[in-house]
This record gives sequence, C-alpha cells and structure tokens, in this order.
Amino acid sequence: MYAFNYHKPASLADAVAKLAAAPDAKLLAGGQTLVAAMKLRLAAPSDLVDLGAVNELRGVKVDGNSLVVGAMTTHAAVAASTDVRGKIPALAHLAEGIGDRMVRNAGTLGGSVANNDPAADYPAGLVGLGATVITQKRRIAADDFFRGMYETALEPGEIITGVSFPIPKRAGYVKFPNPASRYAIVGVFVAETGSGVRVAVTGAGPVVFRVPAMEKALSASFSADALKGIAVDVSSLNGDMHASAEYRAHLVPVIAKRAVEQALGR
Amino acid sequence: MAVSLSLTVNGKPVTASIEARTLLVDFLREHLNLTGTHVGCDTAQCGACTVHLDGKAVKACNLLALQAQGGKVTTIEGVTPADGLHPMQAAFREHHGLQCGFCTPGMVMSAIDFVGQNPAPNETQVRDALDGNLCRCTGYHNIVQSVIAGAKAMRGNT
Repeated sequence: MYAFNYHKPASLADAVAKLAAAPDAKLLAGGQTLVAAMKLRLAAPSDLVDLGAVNELRGVKVDGNSLVVGAMTTHAAVAASTDVRGKIPALAHLAEGIGDRMVRNAGTLGGSVANNDPAADYPAGLVGLGATVITQKRRIAADDFFRGMYETALEPGEIITGVSFPIPKRAGYVKFPNPASRYAIVGVFVAETGSGVRVAVTGAGPVVFRVPAMEKALSASFSADALKGIAVDVSSLNGDMHASAEYRAHLVPVIAKRAVEQALGR
Repeated sequence: MAVSLSLTVNGKPVTASIEARTLLVDFLREHLNLTGTHVGCDTAQCGACTVHLDGKAVKACNLLALQAQGGKVTTIEGVTPADGLHPMQAAFREHHGLQCGFCTPGMVMSAIDFVGQNPAPNETQVRDALDGNLCRCTGYHNIVQSVIAGAKAMRGNT
C-alpha cells in the first residue's frame, strides 16, 4: 500500500471540508473494498478521509412511510435492525447475505452504494425499492444514481449521508452467489411498492438494471407464473470466468421467480 | 505520515506512533508482538486474522489500525485466561478441531462472536457462520463439532 495522508473528522461538515481540500482524496467507510484495493495498489489516494467517527451517519430511522439508513450503518447492523426486519424484511435478508460475518461487521451501506460494484447486492435493493440516495447536497433517485460499472451520479466532494427506502407492500431478494466471494452472479430484487412493481437485477450486467417486461407482467399478476416466457437480452450481459452471459441470461428469470415466491412467502 | 494511535488491546491501553497505512493485523503482530493473530491469505478471504473490534469479529488484514482508534480490540491471546483455555479453545482441543492449526485462532474468534449472538446453534448455522473462515486442511467436520461443543460449554451446561 502506498502512503497517504490520513484524516478522521468527527462531523459531516469537517469531512466535507477535508475531502474538498485534497483533489485526490478518497472517503474511507468500512474499508472492505477500498483497503483491499489499496493493498493491491489498484487505488492510491493521496488522502483518506475516514468517516468512522462521524456518528451522525450511523443508524436506522423510520421516517413516515420510509426507512432512512445512515451511510455508515454496517451490513450487520442493517441485518439486525428491528425496524428493517419489521418494515422491509427483504432488505435485512439482503444485508445478511453480503460477504461473510466479518465483512458485514465492517462494510457499510454508503461504501457499497458509492463503489457500485456490478455484482454488489445493495444496488439491486436500492433500485428494486425505488430508494433515494441522500448526500450533503441533494437527493438522487436510485434509478438515476447507478450510471455504469463502478460509476455513480456522485460529484467530486459529494458524500452520501444515507439512503431513504420506501416501505413496500412486499419484497423479495434472491441471489445466485459466487461460492467464494458471495457476490451475486445474478441477484434479483422484486418489490410491490406504492408506485408499482419493480424488478432490479444485479450481477448480470455492467450495472444494476430493471426489467420492464417483468414489472408489467407482475403488475398484472404478482406470481412466479406471470414471469413465464420472459427473457432478458443476452447481448447486454456480462460473461466472465464465473459464468457466461448466456448462463446469466438463463439465471435472471429463474432467480426472479424465486424472489417473487420469497416476497409472497413473507 | 506518522499518526498517533490509542486503543485498548486485550484490556490494556496502548498508544503508539504508526504509519497511517499500517494494517491492524500488522500493528498487532509487529508492534505488539501478538502473533496469535495470523495472516493467511492477506486478501480478506480466509479469516485467519479475525479479531474482535468493539465486540464484533472483523478481519484485521482488511482494516487500517487507525480504524480501531479509541476502540477495544481482543485477540486470541486476550480470550485465553491465565490459568487455562477459553471454553471454545478447550472444545477445539477436545474435538480435535484443527489439523495444522493455522486457521484456528480465526476460527475460535469467529466462533466466540457468533455464539455470543446464537448461543445454541445447529450444524447448518455453524457452517453458515464460518463462511468467512477457510481451513486449508479442509478439517471442517471437527471444527463444526468443536463450535457446537464450545457453544454448549459457554452456555455453562457441559
């Protein structure tokens, strides 16, 4: 790992100032991706702004018909939260399936969302639920936030403070995990929300995407059978050493059906 | 860039001046000579470096030491009482939950954290919970039996 300057602000305002002061600074959330990338010298920020002491970024709040989860809330804390388990059990289930126990004890919602790994679980949860990413400057709909592989709508100097998840009528999340990393080879989040049915797929393409044909079919009839015969376009999917694009295309409807069944079973 | 680090390790306050890029596992092993915490894969996969930070199991090779600033770290040395073994360690010995022993400190630290949350786990739950700990000898059968026995011992009904 290359050397860097280290900052540990105790407030969001101070974190914003520290981030703005160094053009090649990066934010450190739980570090479960960034520290590993720095060890491999894939990332070499001049400065690290550690958000670990910014306590205002932690915790889960019920806000009307939404759950607001602080950016520095760990996956383990989301999975264990009685509010999340009670209001959006599919989100608790998603958090409980990220990485392994030790990774979940350190990794955070904000870190995962900002990194936007194409096989990460949270992007499917955010897009599937129609969530809103909250920064110190603005609110960004999840549909507009995840732009491409590791690319988001965040501007330089912008810090995610939390995510607001509308509470759905029902939801389910199922993934076909890579057996070593637990990243999703294909993960599908299905939700019946106040503004319609949403189907979000992670792991299969370069970035999380929705499947309008499935949403339409599930709006007419929220059942696994409604998804019969709906395929996704293989040309836009990822193929790699873990699974070919054709294999992923096959998995999407299979996993989507399981997610619907899980949603119906809750 | 040297930075001051203050934290509690195995119940004792520690203050040191370290390079910011020092990993927690290197700080424990190289600066404090607590070599019970192992470096296996050094890529946050194998779990041999597992320690507790503020009571939660974490991978010490994937955290900066500075992320533990002001926190409480417990290593395998810290769970061992002066006059014997922690019940989980004793269960690993009794049930031969190790072959070469390299992964054992991490297995024990993960198991203690897990059993704290699930005091009476079944085999499936133990296997799920040890997802982040790899045994290159593939000695999982006895490790799982050890954790179940260790959980029972920690409940106090041996």
